[in-house]
Amino acid sequence: MQESTNKKTNVLIRKLMIVVVSMFGFGFALVPLYDVFCDITGLNGKTDTEAAQVNDDGIDTTRNIKVQFISHITPGMSWEFRPEIAEVSVHPGETKIVKFYAKNVTSVSMMGQTVPSVAPGEAASYFKKIECFCFEQQSLAGQEDVWMPLRFYIDPEIPDDVTMLTLSYTLYDITAKIES
Amino acid sequence: MTTTATTDTDMAHDDHGHHGPATGFKRWLFTTNHKDIGSMYLWFAFIMFLTGGSMAMVIRAELFQPGLQLIDPDFFNQMTTVHGLIMVFGAVMPAFTGLANWMIPMMIGAPDMALPRLNNWSFWILPFAFSILLMSFFLGGAPNFGWTFYAPLSTTYSNGSTAFFVFAVHIMGISSIMGAINVIVTIMNMRAPGMTYMKMPLFVWTFFITAYLLIAVMPILAGVVTMLLTDTYFGTSFFNAAGGGDPVLFQHIFWFFGHPEVYIMILPAFGIVSTTIPAFSRKKLFGYSSMVYATSSIAFLSFIVWAHHMFTTGMPLVGELFFMYCTMLIAVPTGVKVFNWMATMWRGSISFEVPMMFSIAFVILFTIGGFSGLMLAMAPVDFQYHDTYFVVAHFHYVLVTGSIFSIFAAAYYWLPKWTGYMFNETLAKTHFWCSLISVNLLFFPMHFLGLAGMPRRIPDYALQFADFNMWVSIGGFAFGLSQLIFLAVVIKCIRGGAPAPAKPWDGAEGLEWTVPSPAPYHTFATPPKID
Amino acid sequence: MKGRNLGWLLLGTLFSSAAWAESKYNLTQGVTDVSHEVYDLHMLVLYICTVIGVIVFGAIFWSMFFHRKSKGHVAATFHESTKVEILWTVIPIFILIAMAVPATKTLIDIENNENSDLTIQVTGSQWKWHYRYFDKDVEFYSVLSTPKEQWDNLSGTGAEKGENYLLEVDKQLVIPINKKVRFLITSDDVIHSWWVAAFAVKQDAVPGFINEAWTIVNEPGVYRGQCAELCGKDHGYMPIVVEALPEDEFDAWLEEQRLAAIAAAEAEKASLAAMMTMDELMELGEATYVTYCAACHQANGLGLPPTFPALKGSSVAVGDISEHINIVVNGMAGTGMQAFGKQLTLKELAAVVTYERNAWGNNTGDAVQTADVKAAAGM
Repeated sequence: MQESTNKKTNVLIRKLMIVVVSMFGFGFALVPLYDVFCDITGLNGKTDTEAAQVNDDGIDTTRNIKVQFISHITPGMSWEFRPEIAEVSVHPGETKIVKFYAKNVTSVSMMGQTVPSVAPGEAASYFKKIECFCFEQQSLAGQEDVWMPLRFYIDPEIPDDVTMLTLSYTLYDITAKIES
Repeated sequence: MTTTATTDTDMAHDDHGHHGPATGFKRWLFTTNHKDIGSMYLWFAFIMFLTGGSMAMVIRAELFQPGLQLIDPDFFNQMTTVHGLIMVFGAVMPAFTGLANWMIPMMIGAPDMALPRLNNWSFWILPFAFSILLMSFFLGGAPNFGWTFYAPLSTTYSNGSTAFFVFAVHIMGISSIMGAINVIVTIMNMRAPGMTYMKMPLFVWTFFITAYLLIAVMPILAGVVTMLLTDTYFGTSFFNAAGGGDPVLFQHIFWFFGHPEVYIMILPAFGIVSTTIPAFSRKKLFGYSSMVYATSSIAFLSFIVWAHHMFTTGMPLVGELFFMYCTMLIAVPTGVKVFNWMATMWRGSISFEVPMMFSIAFVILFTIGGFSGLMLAMAPVDFQYHDTYFVVAHFHYVLVTGSIFSIFAAAYYWLPKWTGYMFNETLAKTHFWCSLISVNLLFFPMHFLGLAGMPRRIPDYALQFADFNMWVSIGGFAFGLSQLIFLAVVIKCIRGGAPAPAKPWDGAEGLEWTVPSPAPYHTFATPPKID
Repeated sequence: MKGRNLGWLLLGTLFSSAAWAESKYNLTQGVTDVSHEVYDLHMLVLYICTVIGVIVFGAIFWSMFFHRKSKGHVAATFHESTKVEILWTVIPIFILIAMAVPATKTLIDIENNENSDLTIQVTGSQWKWHYRYFDKDVEFYSVLSTPKEQWDNLSGTGAEKGENYLLEVDKQLVIPINKKVRFLITSDDVIHSWWVAAFAVKQDAVPGFINEAWTIVNEPGVYRGQCAELCGKDHGYMPIVVEALPEDEFDAWLEEQRLAAIAAAEAEKASLAAMMTMDELMELGEATYVTYCAACHQANGLGLPPTFPALKGSSVAVGDISEHINIVVNGMAGTGMQAFGKQLTLKELAAVVTYERNAWGNNTGDAVQTADVKAAAGM
C-alpha cells in the first residue's frame, strides 16, 4: 500500500510540476499575447509597426476627423523634432502626407528612434501608416537636418463616435544601443 | 463530519529506531517532522512580523508630523517597500504555511506531510532569501520602488537593489511552490480512509485551494521578476517603450500574479475562522458545501479581476467595465461566507475565549475591509481613491484585522495542542483588547485621509492631513507594542501553565483533538478510521 | 416603533446634510459635473455598505448577547439551508446590479474625450510637471515652490509652514471655466500620475505613451492635486496647481504668456552676446544650483551615489567642458538627469556649469559664457 501511495505521489508531483513550468512559460507568453491583443484591438494606443497597404476602400466624405500631431523629445536626446503642422482634418479613407522636421544639433553622428502612441487607444488600430519614419531608425550626421514624411489614412471602419485622434511621437537616442 | 479515531501514537512504529527528536541545533536544521517545521515557520513568520513592523514604526514616526524630520525621502521609500515585501512574503505567507504544516496532517489523519525532506528545504531557503533582501540595506540601498515594483522605476531608474530583490523573490517563490506541491499531494493522497473530500475540515479545503492558486501564480511572479532583471541588466525591452516595450505590460503581468496572491493571503484565514467559530458557538459550521463552493468561486474569479489595480493606466472603456463587473462579482461568494459565519453563531451557545474574540473581530473588521474593496471596485470612483490612503486602509483592514487576526486566533486555538499548556488568559485578553483598539485607531482614519486627498507613499504631507496622521501614528506605535504581549504569552505558554487536556475547547471538532496535548512527535502512524 | 423611525430619520439626516459633504471625513464633491456624479456614486455605495453592515453586524452582536452560553442559551442544531443560501446569493447580485448601472453611465461619460475646446499636453518627470498649450506656443515647467526651510527638518530647524504647504508651485496651470479641456498626459522617465480631486481626474503618465483625460470646470478658483504614482524619492514633492478662470480672463492670460514667451526668446538671443564676470557667474550659478540641482546632487556636491553621482571631484565637472554642458543642457538618457536646457535660461545654464566647475574645490578656473553653451549644446 505504501508503494502504490508512492507511485500516486510521483504521478501527482509530475502533474503539478507540469503546471508550475507551464505557468512560468505562460508568464512569458503573456508578452506576445499582450502585443497580439493590443494589435487586434489597438487598446494601448500602439499602431502597426509595418507599413499598411494603400487604401482602396474608398473615402467617406460625410465625415471629418481631426488628427493632432505631437512630438516629444526624451531627456538626453539633443535633436530638434517637431511636426510641420499641429493639426489636419481628414475624411476616413483619405490619404494624407504630413512632414516632421528633425535636426541633429550636435556635432557628432547620432541615431534616433521614434515611437508612436495614439489617443484614444481604440483609434490606434484604424490609423494606417503607409509610410512612416517610425518604421526605421533615423541616422543624422552632426548638424544635419531632414524633413521626414508620414503618409497615412484612417480606416473608414473607424467607429462613428471618434471625431478626433492624437498621434504622439516620442524620440529616443539609440546611438549607444546601436553601437554596442 | 464525525470521526471516531483509533489513533496510534506509539513510538514503537517509528522505524528510525530512535526515541523522540534529535537534540541541539541539528534537530532543527535536519528535521523532516511536520510539527518541527511548522514551529520553525511560525517563529520565522513572527520574527519577520516584528521586523516588518519596526519598519512600519519608522514610517509612522516620520509621518507623525508634517515636515521631514527623521529620515530622508529615499530611505522612506526603502522602508515602505521592504515593509510590504516582508509582511507579504515573510510574515503572512510563512505563518499560514506553518499552520498548514502543523495542522493538515493531523486533521486528515496522516503521519506527516507527503514530502518531508522537500518540506525542510522549503523552510530553510526562506531565512536565506530574506537575508539577501535585508543585506541590500548595507549594499547601496534596499529596494525603494514599492512592493509592487513597477517598471521603469524598478528597472532603468533603480538604485541597484534590483538584482538582490529579484534573487530574493525567486527563492521565496521556490519555497512557496514547493510548499504548495507538498500540501496538494498530502491532501490528495494521504487522507485517512473514509475521509472523502466533502468530509475534510473546511480548514483543509481552504489550504488545498490556496495551494493550487500558489502553483498557478508564483511561476508568473518568477517570470515577471526575470523580465525585470533582463530589462535592467541585459538590455531587453519588455517594459521600455524605446525598445518597443510597454510599462503597462509590467502591471498586467504583475497583477495577474498579484491579485490571486491577495486571495492566497486570505483564503487560509477563512479556513481558520470556519474552524474556531463553530467550536466556540458549539454548533456545526453553517452551509459546509456552500462554503466549499464559495471558496472555489473566489479562487476562480481571482484570476479575472487583476486590472482593477490599473483603472488609471489609460485602459479603454470596455476593459474598465469588464474588470469592474468581475470585481463586484467577487463580493457575492465573499458575502456568502460572512453570512454563513453569522448563521453559525446564530442560536449557538457562544463563549468568548480569546480565539473566539479574534475570530469575531475578524468577521466584523474583515467585512469593513471588504466594503472599502467594493467601493474601490467602482471604476469611476476609483479615480479618486486610487493610490491614496483609502487603498492603504482597505488592504490593511483585510490583511491585518483579516489575515493577521486569524493567525492570532489560530495560534491561541492550537497553542494548548502544540505546547501541552493553557496560555495565560488574562495576558491573552490584554493582547486582544490592546490590539483591537490600537489597530482601529491606526487604520480607520486612513479612510478619511484618502478621501481627503492624501496620496500613498509620501514621506511628508500638506497641513490638512496632520491631525489624522498623528492619531494614526499613535495607533501604530500602540499596535506594535501590543504584539510584544503576544510574544510574552507564547513564551510563557511554552514554558508552562495549566496542563492542557487533549481537547481544551469543549465545542471543538477534528482529529487533532483526539491526540494528547502536547501532540506527540509522531501522530497517526496508523491512520484512524473515519465514518 | 417611534424610536426606530426616529433612528432612521437621524441616520438619513446625518448622511444627507451638506456639512457631511464637505467635511474633512468625506470625498470632495468637486467643481465639475463629473466630480459630482463621482461623489454621488461614492455616497450611494457607502450608504448601501452601511446598511448591509448594520444588518450583519447587528445580527452578530445580537447573537453575541442573546445566544451566550453563560446566559444558558442552548445551541440549536441546524447547519444548512439551500433556500437561505440561494437568497443571500441572489439578493446581493441585485444590489450589485443597482450599483453597476450608475457606475457604467458615469464611466461612459468620463471616457468620452471628444469635442474638446482646448488641449493641454501634460508631461511628468522626476519631480515636476510640464505643461504645453497645444498649438499655442505657450509652455512651462511647474515646480514645487514651498521653500526648503519649511519642509527640511533634517538639516534645518524647519520654518513655519505656509497655508499651501507642499501644494504650491512656481507657475500654475491656467484653464478656462465652462470649456471642455482635454489633457494629453505622458512622462519623460518613470510612471507618474496626474490627479486633481476637484475635477475627479486621475490618469497615469506613462513614458512613451499618451493618455487622455478631460474636464469642464464649473467654478473659477484654484485647485490643487498631487502626483499619484510612486516615482522616486520626491514623489511627494511634485504637486499640481490649476487655476480656472472665466473665459475672457483666460484668453487675456494666454495672450500675455504668448507675448512673454516671445520676449523671453528675444532676451535669450540677446544674452548670447553677454559676457558675465566670474563673480556674476558664480553668484547666479550657486542660486541656480541650489534651486535645481541640489535636490539630487546635494548642496555639498557629494550627491547620493550610485543614483545621483557626486559632482565634487567628478570627471564630468573637471573634464571636457562641452561634454559637461551637453549633459546639463540635454540630460542623460536612462538616468534621472533632466534636460535642463528646456528649464533654464542661457545665462543660468552658463552660470550653473561655471559654478559646478569651480565649487567644492573643483577650481578649474573655467568661466562658461552663454555663447559657449550654444556652441556646445546647439541651443
